[in-house]
Amino acid sequence: MSAQESYVTEDGRTIGPTVMEMKNITLRFGGVKAITDISFDIREGEIRAIIGPNGAGKSSMLNVISGFYIPQDGEVWYKGEKRPPMKPYEVAQQGIARTFQNIALFEGMSVLDNVMTGRMRQMQSGMLAQALWRGKAEKEEVENREAVEKIIDFLEIQAIRKTPVARLPYGLKKRVELARALAAEPSILLLDEPMAGMNVEEKEDMSRFILDVNDEFGTTIALIEHDMGVVMDLSDRVVVMDYGKKIGDGTPDEVRSNQAVIDAYLGVAHD
Amino acid sequence: MAQSSQATGGLASVPALLQRNATLFADKDAYREKEFGIWQSWTWADTHKEIEALALGLINLGVNEGDFIAIIGRNRPHFYWSMVAAQCVGAVPVPVYQDSAAEEMEYILSHCGARYAIVQDQEQVDKIIDIQDNLHQFEHMIYIDQRGMRKYDHHQLHRFVDIQEQGRAAFHELSGDLKKRQDKLDYDSTCVMLYTSGTTGKPKGVVLSNRNVIESAKNSSEFDNLNAGDEILAYLPMAWVGDFIFSVGQAYWCGFCVNCPESAETMMTDLREIGPTYYFAPPRVFETQLTNVMIRMEDAGKFKRKMFHKYMEHAKKVGGDILDGKPVAFGDRLKYAIGNVLVYGPLKDTLGFGRVRVGYTAGEAIGPEIFEFYRSLGINLKQLYGQTEATVFITAQPDGEVRADTVGVPSPDVEIKIADNGEIFYRSPGTFVEYYKNPESTASTKDAEGWVATGDAGFFEENTGHLRIIDRAKDVGKMADGSMFAPKYVENKLKFYPDILEAVLFGNGKDHCVAFINIDLTAVGNWAERNNIAYASYQELAGHPRVLDTIQTHVEAVNKSVAVDPMLAGCQIHRFLVLHKELDADDGEMTRTRKVRRVIVADKFNDLVEALYAGSPTVSTVTEVTYEDGRKGSISATLDLRDAKVVSTAQQVAAE
Repeated sequence: MSAQESYVTEDGRTIGPTVMEMKNITLRFGGVKAITDISFDIREGEIRAIIGPNGAGKSSMLNVISGFYIPQDGEVWYKGEKRPPMKPYEVAQQGIARTFQNIALFEGMSVLDNVMTGRMRQMQSGMLAQALWRGKAEKEEVENREAVEKIIDFLEIQAIRKTPVARLPYGLKKRVELARALAAEPSILLLDEPMAGMNVEEKEDMSRFILDVNDEFGTTIALIEHDMGVVMDLSDRVVVMDYGKKIGDGTPDEVRSNQAVIDAYLGVAHD
Repeated sequence: MAQSSQATGGLASVPALLQRNATLFADKDAYREKEFGIWQSWTWADTHKEIEALALGLINLGVNEGDFIAIIGRNRPHFYWSMVAAQCVGAVPVPVYQDSAAEEMEYILSHCGARYAIVQDQEQVDKIIDIQDNLHQFEHMIYIDQRGMRKYDHHQLHRFVDIQEQGRAAFHELSGDLKKRQDKLDYDSTCVMLYTSGTTGKPKGVVLSNRNVIESAKNSSEFDNLNAGDEILAYLPMAWVGDFIFSVGQAYWCGFCVNCPESAETMMTDLREIGPTYYFAPPRVFETQLTNVMIRMEDAGKFKRKMFHKYMEHAKKVGGDILDGKPVAFGDRLKYAIGNVLVYGPLKDTLGFGRVRVGYTAGEAIGPEIFEFYRSLGINLKQLYGQTEATVFITAQPDGEVRADTVGVPSPDVEIKIADNGEIFYRSPGTFVEYYKNPESTASTKDAEGWVATGDAGFFEENTGHLRIIDRAKDVGKMADGSMFAPKYVENKLKFYPDILEAVLFGNGKDHCVAFINIDLTAVGNWAERNNIAYASYQELAGHPRVLDTIQTHVEAVNKSVAVDPMLAGCQIHRFLVLHKELDADDGEMTRTRKVRRVIVADKFNDLVEALYAGSPTVSTVTEVTYEDGRKGSISATLDLRDAKVVSTAQQVAAE
């Protein structure tokens, strides 16, 4: 699959050409192969899901994209260029933000401060200037606070703005994580199991926010999830992994009727 | 009643008041709304410009005089502007509860034949699109929040800011037309139409004229000395008459500032930040706040807790009297002043009541303890009695004459009479024009002389002239000896005890009253836990002798307070039982809004009522219950029936 023409989806969103491409990625931990020769692409403006049973290598894949793991083989192409091995913060600087499966927020800090940390990339003034809060630092803070407030408004978390994260229920923490990732104004947003451990209502809310983020900001989203129902409703295209291998790739309908996928999820009889 | 067609000072409409305020209070804040974490504000001059642009935009869109415009959203300056802009162009604003289901909206929008709607966001737009096929007159929709709206077909859908922009662009062509329309508005033209929820049947559209709104606003503002310096927080539904009178009527009359919270969830924080001087809340809000305070005090350090209780004790003793300006000993005053620095002041600030000069509660009876708690802190909380048809005010409590069990004296210019059956009738400049397209209901509610039936029964206290509401008129009956039977009056007194969730009083046509009581599982369960009382089920806890003892003391206390009133002394509870099951809507014993269905309860538990009257000490019964999934089962129980002490009065000697 190469860079294709843009097209418009049924619900009126424009899906652009490929923005990121994984080519023949293999990742080993010692003798264990977490990912074996996987290739897929992510197109601009789409919601791309990676699904698979437990231990299929989904999170490893996400960690490869975010630069946390360097694959032994294969290439990562981003915006038309091959990406050299880089540190996670360098990847973040390129405009790839993520959330974590087991929430990685600063528990003692307020929601607002947590989301502000997402703006680090946009702040240039030095530590001393920020401490004294003079000149450029002040202006920067005001600008960034404004951007953060828009996100707080968007995700409807005004009521907990000043609440320390530690006091929040799980579902809201997840939303705060999403807010922090969004604060970085990413071009690709990686979501690691955004709906894990949520009840039906929280899942519905989260789905709504994911769709709205994609729709309103045009953010490309790659998400890992194992709630099949949610994935099929949300995503434009789905990659299915099992035991570190890719066993399916395509639209939700294509994937749903793929025999290998059905076998992986429902199991096959051993005779 | 003779009504002057001449408006006060030539201010015959809300748009005219806007004109006045834009010159008189040009640089004073008229609206504030918290958005993106900051309070944004608009002066009266700004407000005038915003409303004018919107009004021109509406004309540009094709709004005619007499059209109805539905307004659907939470309290935001934009919606208040929309209402006034609609009035400016001669249309009638119809605020609708934003949490109404699509079918309810369909009824209202088709009943008034709204051609336009100004709505909050995608959620409301979707609702209206769903019902649009059944709305024949409906044409255009204007929305404020653009989120998620990009993909919609915008032929008949417009952004609020775009309509204003078009209005500004068309200023030269249309401003003459706008002025002409505005000049036509007088005291008799319709100001707003509000649908009452209607406990029976379909909602009715109450038409209120400029006279109704402005006279009521003027009278009530003078009654409480409201002025341009006041601040309110607009957080109650815009479709409710109270919000319209406080946030539009009185705000425009006085020129005070209306503050809109950031969202429903941030209301408490916003309340604290604004510190309103004039505040309204239904009893439920005060109850919740009090519970929160108490829970937080339980978690506080020992020293703070002790200090809190010590000074609250003192406040209870003298706080109310100090507020009412009654004589209080110097030592007590001094102690209260210290308490104010240490406890009351900080507590009021936390609650957001630090600056409240006038506070009102209404809608239902408020527990005297809750009421006294706030008053003892020095918050001037009062009660009023009103309804949509009266443009709110029927009675209100003047400063210094505030009590938990009355609703005050007739508001200025309001006449009240009590019918033979106890029903309250009123007549005032606020009396509504009519129910829209419903002459029968109008005629049965408002007679030719303008007297309106409230449906509530009550009486005036002879020595104070204060009105007391007893019950819904249709529930009031007579005892065998002819004295009044007012079940809700007694039930409310019982329900003020946290232990008692529900109570049902019987006695219509009998010579004495008996009662069923439902315990509150949370409160009683909590008490049981603290007292090491083990129980396995609701039924067991409800039948526990110590629980019965507690309930008995409550019943006897209520009897004592009922007996104080010679008219109602006959309603004292002679015998009672604690029900073995909670009254439940699934079993048809209550409505879905948790109002007891008296007749059904009486019928279903007939054996228990009979046993209470027969005087037997216990009774065994089997009750059918319906589970949530529709299956039926039954509970059998043996209940203790208890006698309660009653206070004998001159007319009646205690039976037991």
